[in-house]
Amino acid sequence: MATSMATSMATSMASVSNWSARHGHALVSTTGHLARHGLATVLTVSVMGLALALPLALDVLVRNVRDATGDFSEAVGLSVYFKPEVAEAKARQLTRIAAERSGVASATLITASEALAEFRAQSGFGAALDSLPDNPLPNVLTLRPTPDAASPSQLDALRSYLLAWPEVDSVQLDRDWVMRLGAILDLLRRVTLIAALLLAAGVIAVIGNTIRLEILNRREEIEVTKLVGGTNGFVRRPFLYAGVCYGGLAGLVGWGLVAIAQASLAPAALRLAAAYGSAFRLAGPTLPDLSTLLLGGMVLGWLGAWIAASRQLSRIEPRSV
Amino acid sequence: MIRFERVSKRYPNGREALTDLSFEVGAGEMVFLTGRSGAGKSSVLKLIALLERPTRGQVTVNGDNTTRLPLRRVPQFRRGLGVVFQDHRLLMDRPVFDNVALPLIVADSAFRDIEKRVRAALDQVGLLGKERVAPLELSVGEQQRVCIARAIVSKPPLLLADEPTGNLDATLAAEVMGLFRRFSDVGVTVVVATHDLPLVRASRLREIELDDGRLGTPAAHVDGHVDGHVDGHVDG
Repeated sequence: MATSMATSMATSMASVSNWSARHGHALVSTTGHLARHGLATVLTVSVMGLALALPLALDVLVRNVRDATGDFSEAVGLSVYFKPEVAEAKARQLTRIAAERSGVASATLITASEALAEFRAQSGFGAALDSLPDNPLPNVLTLRPTPDAASPSQLDALRSYLLAWPEVDSVQLDRDWVMRLGAILDLLRRVTLIAALLLAAGVIAVIGNTIRLEILNRREEIEVTKLVGGTNGFVRRPFLYAGVCYGGLAGLVGWGLVAIAQASLAPAALRLAAAYGSAFRLAGPTLPDLSTLLLGGMVLGWLGAWIAASRQLSRIEPRSV
Repeated sequence: MIRFERVSKRYPNGREALTDLSFEVGAGEMVFLTGRSGAGKSSVLKLIALLERPTRGQVTVNGDNTTRLPLRRVPQFRRGLGVVFQDHRLLMDRPVFDNVALPLIVADSAFRDIEKRVRAALDQVGLLGKERVAPLELSVGEQQRVCIARAIVSKPPLLLADEPTGNLDATLAAEVMGLFRRFSDVGVTVVVATHDLPLVRASRLREIELDDGRLGTPAAHVDGHVDGHVDGHVDG
């Protein structure tokens, strides 16, 4: 019993070491091959790195625009214009009612006299205003929704609610440009996604073609290997490793390119932000981005190599003894 | 070890390379396959190595009926035979060691074994110490012997050789034949396709002569008996 266990353990350990030896052999022969063909490898990896850099750059751009405009999301709100005949006391009462409604973060009343004073101070039409018999400005209530109640449909509901008040003349939503920006960002995200899909297909094609050429170059070797009893799996293995290496390197290059672009743009962005009195900083690609790109590149590389190898290898059979 | 039963082979272009061919090679036997170019020697070797399957009839090699062997078992089947090529087909960008080790590597042998067995194979062909040399630095005769080392390194029960002496001078050719004889003496079945009739005769071994896809003369070429008229079939 003990002997048979020892034997089976020895066998399984031997098979593990054979397994690692087999994969080690494929990996060593692959990396050696890539290193020997330095220039071709650099060119292939650069092309694929550029292809992976583009969607990442778009994504980083979208994130930065969202960051830069994040402060303005608070600008979403409503201006409630009361009818001119509504008295200030009534307006204050209504303001308290509005402030207590759920989904309302703050309700501020700008009374007609406050508005007139501000207008007088800022417009320079003081003398003309003095000639008016009475204040033409209405009382205005500004409402800010809580963040969880700021969706377009919720804002519309709030607007209808306020419009139903007999004292209210009109309600204006201050969200049009925010919605436009949101729509632009949404469009950009979709563009990023489509670009990513197209370029991923491009990466698969580039790797597939590279591997196909490599297989044709090594046709003789493949034939001999098959003739001495190499399986399709054995012959395919180094090519799959090559695909994964290409893809991983391309991911690294793509991330590096975006990081370099960010580093070279950051000072200028900082100056621009400072000119606007903003604390905005241009964000670069993150470490999670790096792992995504590395992993994505490797998966695409494997896929491209697998497709090419499966198509080509079955066609290469030894023809003559 | 090898049995051809009424084997015919017709290629997609319509040419019939072998017609109703039957012969047998026993285990541990060494035979020569002779005949002019196009007589069917290559087809016979291809059928044995399972590069082709017969159109009609049955080929049995090492107990496997090659007509019915599923595709996924072909690699395993091929590990049971060693092949020596006329143009040796070495991988020129790899040192001698890697070339000889290839059959062991594809068969997942342990690394320790590989080193030992490659050295043993190189020793048998007289090339011990040349492991790290590139094939291009070797002479033609040495390259051929590397090819032989690769064919025998996994100790297959069957060795096929296609014109192994085609590029060698008489002395080297005799040396190579001597090597094959030694393998045969230790129980390896050896099939050598060749034009080199003087060498065949000198060996006094059995000859299977092909003529236009059939046995050239009654399969009476047994035990070193060689027919006088064979010369007439030689071209070049």
